[in-house]
Amino acid sequence: MPDAQTLTLISPELLLSIFGLLILLVDVIWREKSQSALPWLAILGFALALAATLYIWGSNISLFAGMYMVDMFSLFFKVVASLAGILITLVSIDYLRQRTPYRGEFFAIFTFSILAMMLVASSASLLMIYLSIEFLSYTSYLLTGFLREDKKSNEAAIKYFLYGAVTSAVMLYGLSLLYGVTGSLNLTDIAAAFSATVDSTVRMIALVSTMLVLAGLGFKISLVPFHQWAPDAYEGAPTPVTAFLSVGPKAVGFAALLRVALTALPQWVLPAPPPAPVKEIPLVLAVVSIITMTLGNLIALRQTNVKRLLAYSSIAQAGYMLIGVVAVNLTGNSPFSGLNGILIYLFAYLFTNLGAFICVIAIENATGIVEIPEYAGLVKRAPLVAALFVIFFLSLAGIPPTVGFIGKFFVFGAALREGWLYLAAIGVINSVISVFYYFAVVRQAFFEAPKDATPIRLAPLVTLSLVVSAALVLAFAIYPQPLLNLAAWSMGMVK
Amino acid sequence: MTVNHFVILSALLFGIGALGVLVRRNPLIMFMGIELMLNAVNLAFVAFSRFLQSLDGQVFVFLVLTVAAAEVAVGLAIIVALFRTRATVDVDEVSGLKG
Repeated sequence: MPDAQTLTLISPELLLSIFGLLILLVDVIWREKSQSALPWLAILGFALALAATLYIWGSNISLFAGMYMVDMFSLFFKVVASLAGILITLVSIDYLRQRTPYRGEFFAIFTFSILAMMLVASSASLLMIYLSIEFLSYTSYLLTGFLREDKKSNEAAIKYFLYGAVTSAVMLYGLSLLYGVTGSLNLTDIAAAFSATVDSTVRMIALVSTMLVLAGLGFKISLVPFHQWAPDAYEGAPTPVTAFLSVGPKAVGFAALLRVALTALPQWVLPAPPPAPVKEIPLVLAVVSIITMTLGNLIALRQTNVKRLLAYSSIAQAGYMLIGVVAVNLTGNSPFSGLNGILIYLFAYLFTNLGAFICVIAIENATGIVEIPEYAGLVKRAPLVAALFVIFFLSLAGIPPTVGFIGKFFVFGAALREGWLYLAAIGVINSVISVFYYFAVVRQAFFEAPKDATPIRLAPLVTLSLVVSAALVLAFAIYPQPLLNLAAWSMGMVK
Repeated sequence: MTVNHFVILSALLFGIGALGVLVRRNPLIMFMGIELMLNAVNLAFVAFSRFLQSLDGQVFVFLVLTVAAAEVAVGLAIIVALFRTRATVDVDEVSGLKG
């Protein structure tokens, strides 16, 4: 029976459910009149959910028979989810007004997708992980195909859907094997069952099922070879949704991956003292990480559509973040535990990538331009956007003084600490490659003559969210201590 | 009949479903392949549940069935929208986005 304490602990999720349904209801009753109020209702919901998350900050408790964990790790992702919700809603208002009359459903489904992110972050049993990941997937498919009359949006949705449905079935198969071999759906019980056995068959099945589960999570994170959907879905989806897809599913995909790896499979993942060999799962992840960053960066080099460019860039970023998972080591009190690297990187990536997409949205809203050659002379037409592009791209490439540098510093630092020297080296080489295509956009914007020199007018809300994300990117780079504390607290789950 | 038989049968069904998705080009048929994959997993869950004498697996099957129904709703909606804008649903012809 849920008591008052339980209800308080799941209040962010409850608030978002209530606001999602409220938006649907208000939209049905006051169809035309309510249109301009709905996004603000969504933003109010996210703000209240954020406040509720901060109110229960510091909790560490398992709810609903061990299916749901409210700990610092999940609260960290709930903060990320609510902030992303607020920023994306702000920039989608003008974008949708120009393109579709059905805006109420959009904000309702979007609220539910943020709710789904929170659920994934807290899931502590195989059942809950499956259900919440599917919840997030379905809302993402609907948002991707939201512009029903638009051919590109449809195509993006069907591709995303078919890839997603297959990889989630594969993941489900892996979950069934994990259940069969351990007899439990609860992640801590699975870990206990594994540590009680030395059977080599069990070890094999555990490896196979982990790889199958990795297929499903790799799809969310867009790891090679499950990345093919990303460029098409990113290009075809409405741009605010693309911004969401590039941060939301990726962040919680990492949350679920870390939760499964560290809670259910610690002895398969965490390094043992030196004479022990390198474990199989980190080795596989290291190979996937190398292929993901290299492929993402190389294909990004020849993109001309800025949404596709950012899609491949986000694939490459997933590769960098995976280095943190490979190098995770929670013994001792080192600042380079791998885990905090991923959390810092994810937080940095959230604001940076959202910021880059908001720049794209600002230009697309005013002029419809998404091709990089047409960005020529942007600095004369929209100096603010051009300048902020530089900041966000510096951060994505990991160049100081931006928060992206802090993220890369802790992730690569963890790789060095754990002796993955070649992995860190390949990561650095890839960051250098990425500078080429990021700065190809900047070169167009700053050093080419504009074909059409009319100034671009920015919507006030878009400007506001641009300035906020740029301020955060710079502020956390100059004074990263709050971010480091946040990540350090969030690691409480494994202690 | 031991649990092994069921697990092998479920692996075979899963393979047939996956093959269907890879080989066929009509999203509706691909969809049926995906459903077959999900049901193969359900069979494995029920078999494991009986073998382990635990009800968790059965509960999981119920929820997978529900999720599959939601998946059909979302998937068909996307396919209908696709058909309305293109008058075809062949996935090889739906290739405007590339690069």
